[in-house]
Amino acid sequence: MIYREAGQFKINYQSDSAILPIVQDRMFMIGLMVVSFLVIPVLGSDYFLAGILTPFLILSLAALGLNILTGYAGQLSLGSAAFMAVGAFATYNFMIRIPGIPLLLALVLGGLMAALVGILFGLPSLRIKGFYLAVATLAAQFFIEWALTKFGWFTNYSSSGVISAPEMQVFGIVIDSAAKKYLFTLAIVALLTLAAKNMVRSSLGRSWMAVRDMDVAAEVIGIPILKTKLLAFAISSFYCGIAGALWAFVLLGTVDPQAFDLHRSFQVLFMIIVGGVGSILGSYLGAAFIVLLPIVLNLIGQLFHGAISTQFLSNMEMMLFGGLIIFFLIVEPLGLARLWQIAKEKLRMWPFPH
Amino acid sequence: MNPHRKIGDVILKAENISLSFGGVKALTNISLDVREHEICAIIGPNGAGKSSMLNVINGVYHPQEGRVSYKGHVRDSMHAHEAARHGIARTFQNIALFKGMSVLDNIMTGRNLKMHTNFLQQALYWGATQREEIRHRRKVEEIIDFLQIENIRKTPVGRLPYGLQKRVELGRALAAEPTLLLLDEPMAGMNVEEKQDMCRFILDVNDEFGTTIVLIEHDMGVVMDISDRVIVLDYGKKIGDGSPEEVRANPDVIAAYLGTSH
Repeated sequence: MIYREAGQFKINYQSDSAILPIVQDRMFMIGLMVVSFLVIPVLGSDYFLAGILTPFLILSLAALGLNILTGYAGQLSLGSAAFMAVGAFATYNFMIRIPGIPLLLALVLGGLMAALVGILFGLPSLRIKGFYLAVATLAAQFFIEWALTKFGWFTNYSSSGVISAPEMQVFGIVIDSAAKKYLFTLAIVALLTLAAKNMVRSSLGRSWMAVRDMDVAAEVIGIPILKTKLLAFAISSFYCGIAGALWAFVLLGTVDPQAFDLHRSFQVLFMIIVGGVGSILGSYLGAAFIVLLPIVLNLIGQLFHGAISTQFLSNMEMMLFGGLIIFFLIVEPLGLARLWQIAKEKLRMWPFPH
Repeated sequence: MNPHRKIGDVILKAENISLSFGGVKALTNISLDVREHEICAIIGPNGAGKSSMLNVINGVYHPQEGRVSYKGHVRDSMHAHEAARHGIARTFQNIALFKGMSVLDNIMTGRNLKMHTNFLQQALYWGATQREEIRHRRKVEEIIDFLQIENIRKTPVGRLPYGLQKRVELGRALAAEPTLLLLDEPMAGMNVEEKQDMCRFILDVNDEFGTTIVLIEHDMGVVMDISDRVIVLDYGKKIGDGSPEEVRANPDVIAAYLGTSH
């Protein structure tokens, strides 16, 4: 009943093509932003901020990156973690090799480096599609992991291959506390999400979806296929690169190739499958789901005070993941975001059936 | 008939086109001319090479021999997106819409060549991109209006019935403001009312925008009614070319259609 758009008329194309055309949605988004920027950093405990929200935001960003490539442009990739690693290591190297470089600039440069590598590994996409392209991106995953451990230059010849991230400073403010780290991440993720939303609702996004849905028709319309695909690889890898840098600098405090292994790539892929392929909201829902599921399971385990062993719980987690992925692939291939959309459509009518 | 609609000079010229896939000869030494503002129908039995001919004209297939010139641009092999840039748009025999997108987005995609903001401007959106989107939206709404599909503009095309999908596909082709429109069986699988609507749209497009139209169609009633000229293909060869009356009287055409022994 509350969620009604009756009486909300759009009198120009500008308001009709707004990101959130319905007033209630706009109110909710403003409320969400106020709470996440002003309330949560003050009230949230360090564990909540650093242990749940920050990883959730960073993984959402990585999922968003993969969703641009796989969900919007239709190019399946298993190399997200590799592009995250490139972003993390490039940012680290820019910071130690150019003294006094601002953190934000290093981050952007790191992202651009990831974008370049993304374009390189995106080149085969002109010739191969689907499953075979996924295998080609898998090569990126193995190659980059190998290169980062093999060549000492990347890790600045650190003996263990693991390096601690330098101190972070933005506009003279040292980012050290959990709340500051959370806010820094939130600001970057919010900005990039807005940019992604803007891209997918303008001609670039339509070109991506055109290439995904029917590439011959897209070419006949005059969309340059290779350029569109490579731009998807570049922008997707940029997002993954920034996410990787944040993961290393903000969350772990170390830059380590092990943090970006194949397991991470699959994790990001599962997020978009569960959350929703081709949906920005889906990237967030998927990330929330995959970050929260182990925590919730853990809480359930604690309820039984050791009656359930931790080993059983971690096995349980794997089984649930597997089951859910199969469930979503069969029942709702467009994921949680699609379920949410159906719920909204029903809510518009509620309590009437039609 | 509208005085503006005067058939002009030859704008599309295909000369001695031969196309084969491995050992299968799809087209053998075909030459055809299409004049400005005319409606030209290509007919022929199944497998005669009609769709292949359209694919050659807009650069999806590259013929082994022969060349196509459009408005003075001569080419042996041109890519489909270059043909689009020269003003050739088309629809497909099996609907080739972007299934995951709304009707509005599908038609907006048709205007992609006319949009020039880069991805950084689009990421910012406000400013140049928004102005561009609104300018093109206005034009797209005119097409939606023309095709009478206002009520479904926000519907994903995958949910639409077949006849409407065909209409949306025509809209997407029109969005590019083409000078030459290639329609591959625009009326296949439609009922009588839908066919009448589609005929009216085709005639209106030709009449109002002066668009040259090449269409493939199996419904002889429709073909004879709306076309200025009919080209008949059979087994990849051209067996007839002329006004509907001439073609109807052509003994080769009658043989091909009635199945008289060759």
